[in-house]
Amino acid sequence: MTKSALPTHCDVAIIGSGPAGLATATELKRLGIADVIVLERNSEAGGNPRHCGHSPFGMREFKRVYFGPKYAKTLVAKAIESGVGIALNTTVTSFEKGGLLNLSTKQGATQLKAKIVVLSTGIRENPRSARLVTGQRPLGIMTAGALQSMVYLSDNKPFENPVIIGSELVSFSAIATCRHAKIKPVAMIEENARSTAWSFLRLYPKLQGVRFLSNTRLVKIHGKERVTGVSVIDASGEKKQFSCDGVIFTGQFVPEASLARMGHLEIDSKSNGPAVDQFGRCSDPAYFATGNVLRPVETAGWCWKEGVETARNIADSLSDELVGNEKQTSISIKIESSIIKYCVPQRIAMQSSDIQAIQLQIRLTKPAKGRLVISSNSGEIWSKRISGLPERRILLSLSKETVESIMVKGEDLVIEFESFKQ
Amino acid sequence: MARQFTLEGASVLALEKGTDILDGASKGNSAILHTGFDAPTDSVEHACIVAGYQEYLDIRTKLKLPLLETGALVTAWNQSEENLLTGILEKAHINGVADAKILSAKATRSLEPELSSSVNASIHVPREYVIDPWTAPFVYMLQALENGAQLLRNAEVLGGEYEGDAWKIKTSQGIAKGKIVINCAGLYGDKLDEILIGKSSFEIRPRKGQFLVYDKAASQLIDSIILPVPNEITKGVVVCRTAFGNVLVGPTAEEQKSRDDASVTENELLALKAKGEEIIPALADVPITATYAGIRPATQFKDYCIEAFDDKQYISVGGIRSTGLSGALGIAHHVFKQYQAFGKSHAPVSSIAYPIVTPIAQDEKRDWEKAGNEGIVCHCELVTQREIKQALAGEIPAGSLEGLKRRTRVTMGRCQGFYCSAKLSELTQGCFKQPLAKAIKKSSIKKADDK
Repeated sequence: MTKSALPTHCDVAIIGSGPAGLATATELKRLGIADVIVLERNSEAGGNPRHCGHSPFGMREFKRVYFGPKYAKTLVAKAIESGVGIALNTTVTSFEKGGLLNLSTKQGATQLKAKIVVLSTGIRENPRSARLVTGQRPLGIMTAGALQSMVYLSDNKPFENPVIIGSELVSFSAIATCRHAKIKPVAMIEENARSTAWSFLRLYPKLQGVRFLSNTRLVKIHGKERVTGVSVIDASGEKKQFSCDGVIFTGQFVPEASLARMGHLEIDSKSNGPAVDQFGRCSDPAYFATGNVLRPVETAGWCWKEGVETARNIADSLSDELVGNEKQTSISIKIESSIIKYCVPQRIAMQSSDIQAIQLQIRLTKPAKGRLVISSNSGEIWSKRISGLPERRILLSLSKETVESIMVKGEDLVIEFESFKQ
Repeated sequence: MARQFTLEGASVLALEKGTDILDGASKGNSAILHTGFDAPTDSVEHACIVAGYQEYLDIRTKLKLPLLETGALVTAWNQSEENLLTGILEKAHINGVADAKILSAKATRSLEPELSSSVNASIHVPREYVIDPWTAPFVYMLQALENGAQLLRNAEVLGGEYEGDAWKIKTSQGIAKGKIVINCAGLYGDKLDEILIGKSSFEIRPRKGQFLVYDKAASQLIDSIILPVPNEITKGVVVCRTAFGNVLVGPTAEEQKSRDDASVTENELLALKAKGEEIIPALADVPITATYAGIRPATQFKDYCIEAFDDKQYISVGGIRSTGLSGALGIAHHVFKQYQAFGKSHAPVSSIAYPIVTPIAQDEKRDWEKAGNEGIVCHCELVTQREIKQALAGEIPAGSLEGLKRRTRVTMGRCQGFYCSAKLSELTQGCFKQPLAKAIKKSSIKKADDK
C-alpha cells in the first residue's frame, strides 16, 4: 500500500504485522470485513520471525516447517492475497478513545479513525538497563533480538566472543544466530539451577562448544569503550571473571504495550500487557489486543491462533453480536499467589446468551506442584492439580457450565495456589 | 564560555580531549534550571545561577532551547525535616526567590496527588524548571562556531607555556596558540592547572551520582520537581520529569577516586528504585527505561573555584558541579568580566548568527511530524532517519554512539536498541571511531531466507 492510499477511515486497523496481526487481518477478510489495514512501523512486514533465522515455524498454520524469515514472508503473502492492506513505515505515535490513531509516515503526521483497533505490537526482551546490571556503558551489550536483526537483516556483527545471559528458548536461538555469523560465544549463564527452556536443549550449547554455567549470576560488565569482560558469581558465592567482547541479554520478554500504557487503556501489572476480557477486548471496547502484547511470551504459531480467534470476536463485535458491547459489565480475576505470574484474560465480560467455554492462560514464577483454585465469595468454583515450571504455558479450561455458574453468581474471582507439602 | 567570548568579539579556540563535547561531567547532569533558592547566599555560585537563569529564559526562544515549567517542591517526610522548612524558606527569600512558600501536607498533595501520603509538608518553588543538559550547551557551542569560534575535538592538552605575550599549548593534535587560556576542564581542572601554571588552588574530588530513568508513562504521575530536604553532604534524591517525557530518580552521592568510571551499580540502583517508589508509590508499576551515572567535579570547597591570574593571562574555572548547567551563562559573564579586568576589549559581533536546531524535546514539534523525515528508525524515542543523518553530518558531527544518542535520543528509549540497533549499524557505517558492528563476510553466510 502506498502512503497516498492510507485512508482516513477504516473498519479495522491492526497495529503490528507479526503473526498475530497478520492472522487477525487475514481472518477478518475471510469473514468479509471490508476495510482491514495493518499498520507496520518497519519498512518490511512480518514481525519478529523475520529475524529468527531458525526453525520450526509454521507447523500450526501451514502444516509444515519453515525458518523464521520464510515463514514471515508466507504470512505476509497470505494476508495480501486475502485483500489486506499493509501500510509500511507507518508508526502509531498515540491513540485516543474510540479508535482514533495518530500516525507518523515519511510524509509527516496524519490520523486514521477505525471502528475497531487491534493491538498486536508483540514483545521485546528486557534490556540491560531494566535489569539494573552493574558497569559502565561500553559497546557490545545487546538483546538477542537486536543481535538477530543485525545479523539477519543488516549482515553485520557487533562482537566476536560474547557471553549469553539466560537460557530461555531465545537464548538457544542466539547461539544459532552467533553460529550463522561466525560469532563464538564464550559461555551461556543461567541464574537458576537448570535451563529455563526444555531440558533436552541443555545439550545444545555443549554441542556448539559453548560453556553452560547454571546457578551463576552476572554481577558486573567490564569495559568503558567496548566490553572487555564480565564478573559472575556462582551459588557457592565464588566470584569469577572472564574475558569477552559482548554481552547478549536474552529473554525476560516484556509486552511492547507502550501505546496502551501511554494511552487510556488499562494495563495489567502482572502481564504488563493491556487487560482484556475473554474476547480480547481492552478497557475501551474499540480496542482489542492479541498475540504477545497480551503477555510474555508465546510461539508464533500460538499468536497466529489467537489472531484468528480475535478476528472472529471482532467480526461479531462489528455486527453487534458480541454481547456486552454497549455496557461492559465484567467479573475481574484477581491473582492471590506469588507463584502465579499472570492470568490472561484478566476479566470475564458478562453475557446473557451464547455463553462459551473460556480458556485462561497462566504462567508460574517458579517450579511448583500443587492445586490451582478459582473461587469467589461464595466458595470454590474450579480447581486443578498442576505440576509446572516457569515460562511454560498452562491452560485452565473453564467449561461452558462453569462459566454459566460464574456469570449467574456475578462475583469477582480469585485464583490461588495451594502447594503440596514436599 | 566559547559562546560568550565569541559574541563579545574574541577569537576563540575550544580544545576538547574527548571524541565529543559534553562527554565528561556534563553528560550526567540532572537537568534542572535552578533559581538558586538554596544556593549559598552571596557566593559566586549563587550570582552565576541567578544571572544564568535569567539569560537562559531570555535566549531560549531564539535558540529553541527546551523548558518545562514544572516548579519544585522541597518535601519534608518527618517532623524534624518539617522543622527545617522555615529556614530553607527564609534563605529562599533572602536569595531573591520571593514566590517560594510553605504548603501543608494537604496542599502539597492537591498539587501532586501521586505523591506518597506520608509527606509532612513542602516548600513550593514555582520557578524551578526542567531543561535538557545536552541541547543547551550543545547549542551554545553551535552558536559560538557559527559566529567564528573553532572547536578541536580529540585534542588533549599535554603541556604549555606562557611566553610573555601569548600561550603556546601542546595538544595531542599539535600546537595551539592563544593570548589567554581559560581552564574549563571539569573533572580534570586541577590537573590542567598543574600542567599549565604549576599548581591548582583546588583539588577535584570526584563524586558519582547514579540515576534511574523511568518510562514515559511515569511522566503522567508528576508535574513538579520533587526535592528532599537537603542535608550537609548532599542535596539528596530528586524525582523529576525530563524534557524528553521520562521521569528521573537520582542522584546518589558517592565519593570515588576515579574521574572517569561512571559505573552504575546494582545495589545503589535498587536503593534508588525503592526511594523513588517511596516518594511516588505508582512508580512501582512503571518500567525502568535506562540507568546512568555522572561524575561531579566537586572540590574541597563549597563554592565554585574561579580564579584569574593576570601575570599568566590565565583564568581557572573549577569546581562547577550540578548547578553548572543553570549557571553556565552566568559563569561565562563572570569570567568575561575578569578577562576585561586584564584590560582586554573587543568589538562585539555586530550581527549575531543563530544556529538551526532540530528540537528533540518532547513538547517541541518533532521531525517525525514533518514531511520528508525518511521514516522513523528509533521507535521508542521517535527518531527519524533524517535526524540521524543530520547528526552524523552538521557542524559538530557525532563521532560515537554516545554522541549520536545525545544529539538524537536514538536507542535511549524503553527498548534500548532492541528494534533499531540493526538499522543503526547500517546508518553509522564508517562514522564512528568505535563502530557498532562490522560486516559479516558474505561468503560465510548460508542464506536462511530460502528455506
